[in-house]
Amino acid sequence: MRCAYCHNPDTWSREGAERWKADDILDRAERFRAYWGKEGGITVSGGEPLLQAEFVTELFEKAHQRGISTCIDTSAQPYKPVETFDQLFSVTDTVLLDIKHIDDEVHKKLTGHSNQNILACARRLSELGVPVWIRHVLVPGITDDDEALHRLRAFLDTLDNIRRIDVLPYHTMGRFKWQQLGIPYTLEDTPVPTAERVENARHILNA
Amino acid sequence: MRQEWRGFKGVKWLEEVNVRDFIQNNYTQYDGDESFLVGPTEATNTLWGKLQQLQKAERAKGGVLDMETEIVSSMTAYGPGYIDPATKDLEKVVGLQTDKPLKRAFMPYGGIKMAEQACTTYGYQPSEKLHEIFTKYCKTHNDGVFDAYTDEMKRVRHNHILTGLPDTYGRGRIVGDYRRVALYGIDYLIEQKEIDKYNCGKRQMSEDIIRLREEISMQIKALKSMKEMAKIYGYDISQPAKNAREAVQWLYFGYLAAIKTQNGAAMSVGRVSTFLDIYITRDLQEGTLTEVEAQELIDHLVMKFRMVKFARIPSYNEVFSGDPVWATLEVAGIGQDGRHQVTKNCYRFLNTLINMGPSPEPNLTVLYSPRLPENFKRYAAWISVKTSSIQYENDDVMRPIWGDDYSICCCVSATQTGKEMQFFGARANLAKTLLYAINGGVDAKTREQCGPKFRPITSEYLTWEELEPRFRDMMEWLCDVYVNTLNLIHYMHDKYFYEAAELALIDTDVRRTFATGIAGFSHVIDSICAVKYAKVKIIRDESGFNVDYVVEGDYPRYGNDDDRADEVAKWVLKTFLAKIKRHHTYRNAEPTTSILTITSNVVYGKYTGNLPDGRRAGAPLSPGANPSYGAEKNGLLASLNSVAKIPYEYALDGISNTQTIAPSTLGTNDEERALTLVNVMDGYFSKGAHHLNVNVFGVDKLLDAMEHPEKPEYANFTIRVSGYAVKFIDLTREQQEDVIARSAHERM
Repeated sequence: MRCAYCHNPDTWSREGAERWKADDILDRAERFRAYWGKEGGITVSGGEPLLQAEFVTELFEKAHQRGISTCIDTSAQPYKPVETFDQLFSVTDTVLLDIKHIDDEVHKKLTGHSNQNILACARRLSELGVPVWIRHVLVPGITDDDEALHRLRAFLDTLDNIRRIDVLPYHTMGRFKWQQLGIPYTLEDTPVPTAERVENARHILNA
Repeated sequence: MRQEWRGFKGVKWLEEVNVRDFIQNNYTQYDGDESFLVGPTEATNTLWGKLQQLQKAERAKGGVLDMETEIVSSMTAYGPGYIDPATKDLEKVVGLQTDKPLKRAFMPYGGIKMAEQACTTYGYQPSEKLHEIFTKYCKTHNDGVFDAYTDEMKRVRHNHILTGLPDTYGRGRIVGDYRRVALYGIDYLIEQKEIDKYNCGKRQMSEDIIRLREEISMQIKALKSMKEMAKIYGYDISQPAKNAREAVQWLYFGYLAAIKTQNGAAMSVGRVSTFLDIYITRDLQEGTLTEVEAQELIDHLVMKFRMVKFARIPSYNEVFSGDPVWATLEVAGIGQDGRHQVTKNCYRFLNTLINMGPSPEPNLTVLYSPRLPENFKRYAAWISVKTSSIQYENDDVMRPIWGDDYSICCCVSATQTGKEMQFFGARANLAKTLLYAINGGVDAKTREQCGPKFRPITSEYLTWEELEPRFRDMMEWLCDVYVNTLNLIHYMHDKYFYEAAELALIDTDVRRTFATGIAGFSHVIDSICAVKYAKVKIIRDESGFNVDYVVEGDYPRYGNDDDRADEVAKWVLKTFLAKIKRHHTYRNAEPTTSILTITSNVVYGKYTGNLPDGRRAGAPLSPGANPSYGAEKNGLLASLNSVAKIPYEYALDGISNTQTIAPSTLGTNDEERALTLVNVMDGYFSKGAHHLNVNVFGVDKLLDAMEHPEKPEYANFTIRVSGYAVKFIDLTREQQEDVIARSAHERM
């Protein structure tokens, strides 16, 4: 996906990546085990973990063998109703799911993609009983209108695996990365949301 | 039993001066949460409001509100002083250093020149009469030191390879056991010192015995002066304190005696929280005190610690920026028997940061262990998230060395309360020493032959084979001149500026540590790694002097959890300490070292040339044991892992680490941030790390505070720097920029 407010556009490209083996990643992660507390573990985030579902499945299987809890932070865009993803979800303890916008048309404008895969993924995770944290980035004038928020809440009400909802106020800290990468930033004039709007969204979403 | 000690248990402390035994037998653990805490009383708000006005006036006057020029400071030099005479009845704890709040005393014994320079710097005219007395008739510490310094010692000082030496001011770092005043009363303490004196030196008048007898006499006189000082405020402290209010007041009088007679760089309060809780708990049980009154007592005591001031000179402020006094005060910790020492009073002390807002002083220190009650850990972390005003030290690594009743005597250094004292030794610039090794002892900045004229390196590329023996030799020389300089300084300090008040509250057979220190730690490591793992080309000027370095290729850097760099870190520390330990120390003090720079990293950097790790000449060195600017590439936890590998046993004087974390990195709300911070500290300290300064804010706030210091929200904006806390707006612009340059961790 290519979200207009992405704060990590530097992770879009698949060039220049390093290849790591699952055990090496876990060895590295275990150096930080002391900091995890009782509930911590590893989170695979973006890029987009679902693009490497088979590898992440192997990584998580091995993590579970070591007693490490597992989590993915995903946009769910690459999701398809196939066995590969069910296997991944079977070894995933928590999914952080970013629903950008509940309205398909607006979603297309914002990210360049339909939201159908994402909603399908959310439903599948509910069927499988995988705990999900919903993360909603609040961008003034784009993702913060009450109607859309109510619709999102209504959708979430159809699921029974939602453990937490985070409203993340849009911030401009990623803007310089767009400039560095020479990609036009379309939200140049978008302000950060006011505290009232953030509170309003939290209220509607029951966050 | 005496009426003052009603209800107290235990035996040993009744038979000898033994505060630890008293605490162990009488304290009440608290496992609950902070819900019992109360807000400030009206009296607290009134007094704190007045004090804030005074602080504002002080800042408006360029940093000093008022100064004494005619009276030499002593315990009894002044009549009573109050925050405001009109509201003196509101002050539950009384006693000022001079006759007026925030007025700085005249303390010539460290050096008359410095005392006078401090006056003239701020536009005050020092007394001619006192000038005559202290130049003609009475000698000071500074004069003694310079009478005896060798040419070489003056040279290393002038070239700033040794900086911040306590040869112009009080050495500080001696924590009297101020609790003794409350528990025993002064008369019993005098009796005990009389017995010590009687037992000292029967038919054996060697030089050390003569000195000790004289010192005990000075201590006894100091104890008598303390009684006089208390009398000025209408109190008789000859007998033990009867209740909590007296205990707080008696203890404070002990501390006040110290800060009226000494201007040490660090004047710590010590481990008083759990001790005072015993008195408060008894009063609460007897129904003579309420929680509101208990909090008020602690608020007022802390208010006094926030008022401690000394007259300083510009070169001192360069090293110790922001007017710190290190009124360090500890809470929590775990006892030898496994019981944690968290009491309600530990909460009350932290609560002062809420009741009266953030503040750099007292330097509140949590003696941390993952085994502390979860409630307390979470509350302390929450206070950090809210105020960035407290530091954490690992009780689990200190307890095996110092027992369970140590105090922090400066920023981070432990000392057994009432049993030990420290010879403070500032620090040696190891980064500069590395450059001396390359350049045959010639200083890159002054071009003076400061070190010994060893063979310089003349090859095109720096190799470890060539550098290592030279670095070892140069360190050998440095440690030799360093220890000997300190021997001389402390000899003179004992002679001319003896800390009678503090030492009167410490056992006569005091154990001494000899605290050396290292500056430029991370740069030495990274420079060595560059030489070992990449190619370092030397750039020379027309005279053939090595002035700069070009690194070809990648190399591991300290602060990334990379064992290759972190092994070098251990090597540097162990090599340095081994060389320090080869030398005789004054009064057979036990040599220790620290990796701790205060804010002197800026001034040290100013006098240090280009380094092979790419740090430019004149740029600040990285503070304490922190990794270098921009070296940390793998987030906060990798950086913490690197620092945690440094063995505390080789740096018993402390390993300071300061980290700033953006709030969003820790969580979405303050409660969640606190829990994450607890996880971070549990992990860090379980790995054996020693110390952590925690700041929770983003760079945007610092930038705004630098540009708009007048905004009311920044008046008390406190940040942790290496080993202490300062009000951000009190730092020089240079130092503010240094703090901003080491940006906040945006990721774990």
